[in-house]
Amino acid sequence: MADITNQSLNEIIENVKTKKVSSTDLTKAYIKNIESAKKLNAFVTTTFDQALDKAKQFDNKPNFDQLLPGIPLAVKDLFCTENTKTTAGSNILNNFIPSYESTVTKNLWNNGSFLLGKLNCDEFAMGSSNETSHYGNVINPVGDQLVPGGSSGGSSSALAADLTPATIGTDTGGSIRQPASFTGTVGLKPTYGLCSRWGIVAFASSLDQAGPMTKTIKDCAIMLESMSGFDEKDSTSINKKKEQYSKNLKDNIEGLKIGIPKEYRVDNMPKEVDELWEKGKKILKDLGAQLIDISLPHTKYALPTYYIVAPAEASSNLARYDGVRYGYRSKQGKDLIEMYEKTRSEGFGDEVKRRILIGTYVLSSGYYDAYYLKAQKVRQLIKKDFDDSFTKIDAILTPSTPSSAFKIGEKTNDPVSMYLNDIFTVPVNLAGLPALSMPAGVDKQGYPLGLQLIGKALDEQKILNIGYAFEKNCGFKNEIKKWWS
Amino acid sequence: MSKEKFDYFIKGEKGKYEVVIGLEVHAQVLSKSKLFSGSSTKFGADPNNQVSLIDSAFPGMLPVINEECVKQAVRTGLGLNAKINNYSVFDRKNYFYADLPQGYQISQYKNPIVGEGKVLLDMPYGSKEIGIERLHLEQDAGKSIHDMDPSNTYVDLNRSGIALMEIVSKPDLRSPDEVNAYIKKLRSIMRYLGTCDGNMQEGSLRADVNVSVRKEGDKNFGTRCEIKNVNSIKFMQMAIEYEAARQVELIENGKVIDQETRLFDTKKNETRSMRSKEDAHDYRYFPDPDLLPLKLEQKLIDDLKKTLPELPDKKKERFIKEYGLNAYEANVLVSEKEISDYYEEVAKLSDKKLAATWMMGDLFAMLNDRGLDISKSPISAKHFAELVQAIKSGEISGRIAKEVFEIMVESGDNPKKIIESKGMKQQSDPKELEKMINEILSKNKDKVDQYKAGKEKLFGFFVGQVMKLSGGKANPQLTNEILKKLLKG
Repeated sequence: MADITNQSLNEIIENVKTKKVSSTDLTKAYIKNIESAKKLNAFVTTTFDQALDKAKQFDNKPNFDQLLPGIPLAVKDLFCTENTKTTAGSNILNNFIPSYESTVTKNLWNNGSFLLGKLNCDEFAMGSSNETSHYGNVINPVGDQLVPGGSSGGSSSALAADLTPATIGTDTGGSIRQPASFTGTVGLKPTYGLCSRWGIVAFASSLDQAGPMTKTIKDCAIMLESMSGFDEKDSTSINKKKEQYSKNLKDNIEGLKIGIPKEYRVDNMPKEVDELWEKGKKILKDLGAQLIDISLPHTKYALPTYYIVAPAEASSNLARYDGVRYGYRSKQGKDLIEMYEKTRSEGFGDEVKRRILIGTYVLSSGYYDAYYLKAQKVRQLIKKDFDDSFTKIDAILTPSTPSSAFKIGEKTNDPVSMYLNDIFTVPVNLAGLPALSMPAGVDKQGYPLGLQLIGKALDEQKILNIGYAFEKNCGFKNEIKKWWS
Repeated sequence: MSKEKFDYFIKGEKGKYEVVIGLEVHAQVLSKSKLFSGSSTKFGADPNNQVSLIDSAFPGMLPVINEECVKQAVRTGLGLNAKINNYSVFDRKNYFYADLPQGYQISQYKNPIVGEGKVLLDMPYGSKEIGIERLHLEQDAGKSIHDMDPSNTYVDLNRSGIALMEIVSKPDLRSPDEVNAYIKKLRSIMRYLGTCDGNMQEGSLRADVNVSVRKEGDKNFGTRCEIKNVNSIKFMQMAIEYEAARQVELIENGKVIDQETRLFDTKKNETRSMRSKEDAHDYRYFPDPDLLPLKLEQKLIDDLKKTLPELPDKKKERFIKEYGLNAYEANVLVSEKEISDYYEEVAKLSDKKLAATWMMGDLFAMLNDRGLDISKSPISAKHFAELVQAIKSGEISGRIAKEVFEIMVESGDNPKKIIESKGMKQQSDPKELEKMINEILSKNKDKVDQYKAGKEKLFGFFVGQVMKLSGGKANPQLTNEILKKLLKG
């Protein structure tokens, strides 16, 4: 059999079901790939022995009715995994082994899959290039000088390099979609509340949402179906009937109305991005969709709004890392306050500290109204822009990112230019909507570029369908040479 | 009852000062589990045995509101005649401390669950209304234990996350006595409602006390100081007295009062500065993004209202009307739900007025001596009613009743059995008494002559002799009547 690891998740599942490959052989194939891909630095922790045990258990007593029968999966190291170290990419959690399993990963395991390892990410998911991780930066398999995007950079890198058949990330401002776009893969940020946040190390609670990262749209549907669902342990979880996204996947999008927002353009945007957007429009139009020009007038305020709301929440969410009950504790410090200070100084990296400072500042008395409160008001306006548009359209098509993957180190000294990378993705988080990034082509250097489909709240099926139709007609193929092995 | 005049002022060289007090009472909600986690709230467990991953703020843990705590807050709000807010918001109050694992306390800031209400106090100078500003729900912190080890502080998180109701009064209180009455009234209302056990020893009820002073007649409030976390009424009163005197002294000496937070040192009986306004924490309140705003349907509030028990103020009115008690008696008997229940049971089976007198006298004295709650009374309400009836019917005298009462306490027997077996029944047969009296008079002819000659004091001597002869069982009224009649003849 040809290398199974470059197949899609859906194909692999078929192969497992028809017993063309055992879960054990599948797992071994991934382990081999992972071991030869250390240069990418995609993994923080591997759980090979445990995975092989689970694979063996599956092979001995297979259940092929599950959505993910005997499938090994690596996940972002932001999901707490029972008895497996969970670092969130931070030094402050360098020794943290949870006694519990996040709801989302538990859902995956309950559908027949098991853990292959924990994937590198930006520290506390704060970053757009996976360069803020305490465990070193991750390399994009597309090119040895390129960042894989962030914060789910270990996830996008591992997926594109065939180190896991599919994966999951978290998306607070674009952390699934941007890395997907940079690696030529599919990434979906679901509607806020569709996937439980319980057991995911929190960054910004009102924005964080877990979602699938896969090679194909169909894979994305399978993963979303496996991981989502109401969870009474998360007060912001949406209580609704579970959907069968993969079974209901359709490629007929005739008559659907696709909104094209005029505001999704930035200065100095490479012309390939514009050309790709045009190409996307044409494909959808040829498939019978109707293109409608729309305006989302508050888009330009989304990034500043995001960089007030997210750090504010983060500054409070990260207060619990004090070295007292778990995680890293500084050996210095002569009293409680000094111990806190040293622990947090040594435990957190620069980007995390920057955001804690910003967040603390915008919530401070005297500044709260001018920053936090105003940002909340603007957030409502951004949400209203979308609500108004969705009365006349079914979905919105935009570029996923203003550029393709950039070079390692290129933006590390310029946080604002780094933040600008999320300009097309953050409005969706602020509005709590679902959005999909799908590979659509390459720029002149041959680096992948993605297009983003934004849907109404809980309209995941529709954007998956559009993506499915697009994928079949786009002709994009992610050709990555395995230069690292 | 004669009404006294309010008179609590601090006298300074330059005049009289009025003391203005507002309380922030922290009442622990009676609930099986904590405000946002399933951990038990039971008091007295070994340290850190009632702590969930949420209470200890592990990564990725999320709070989920305990609906029972919400209902308890609504019940309390209704009991305080307060406005219940259909929309309220949980906020994070951010600060670092070893016993605050999250690094923030989940509380309610701008939108509390309960708005303005009022509490009625019965003071010797009449009834007084104390305004309630608001009631909000919040998490308790853990406990830092500083005295277990000379160089380390230990942290017990059992209390971390337990639901508290912070009940904020308006600055309507004017004396330590009013504070006493207010706390007792709040406690009584919450105990009637079953929303807080009011146990101050276990820390279920604590208060921050805001104190300021102003010249009598001044309209503006003085600068206040907040005395943190006082856990007994006595300490609150002592702290207020000390603090008011301190402030008056400052003013008299032409000094300025700094708005600050102070601690009450119970050993030295003084308040000390903890932190000034400048050092006050910036708590960086903001809505907790892990929790949706709390929306209460009116139906839930209405349903809770329907199931509220009769509260002390209403019950007091009813006791006055139904049982003919005076305001003082009614007040005492409704102060605790258990007391009022006991009284009503007794009153149904015996004389209502006499029952009140005996309960507030001998029964309360006995319970007090033994440090017992009425629920632990060695005398059941039924037996107590029988005793009251025996007195009322003249079966036993008041003096004998006291003896019967003592035996009831020790034996737990019913009074009928005690009266019969010990032959304590009162002698009320006029013929028998006349016989007895005639015998005494004939034995003491000299004294009878002296009495008739004008030495009327000797009447008491004759009564004493009758009691002696009857073993104390002679009916006193009848004895008096017959004696008078026979001595005249």
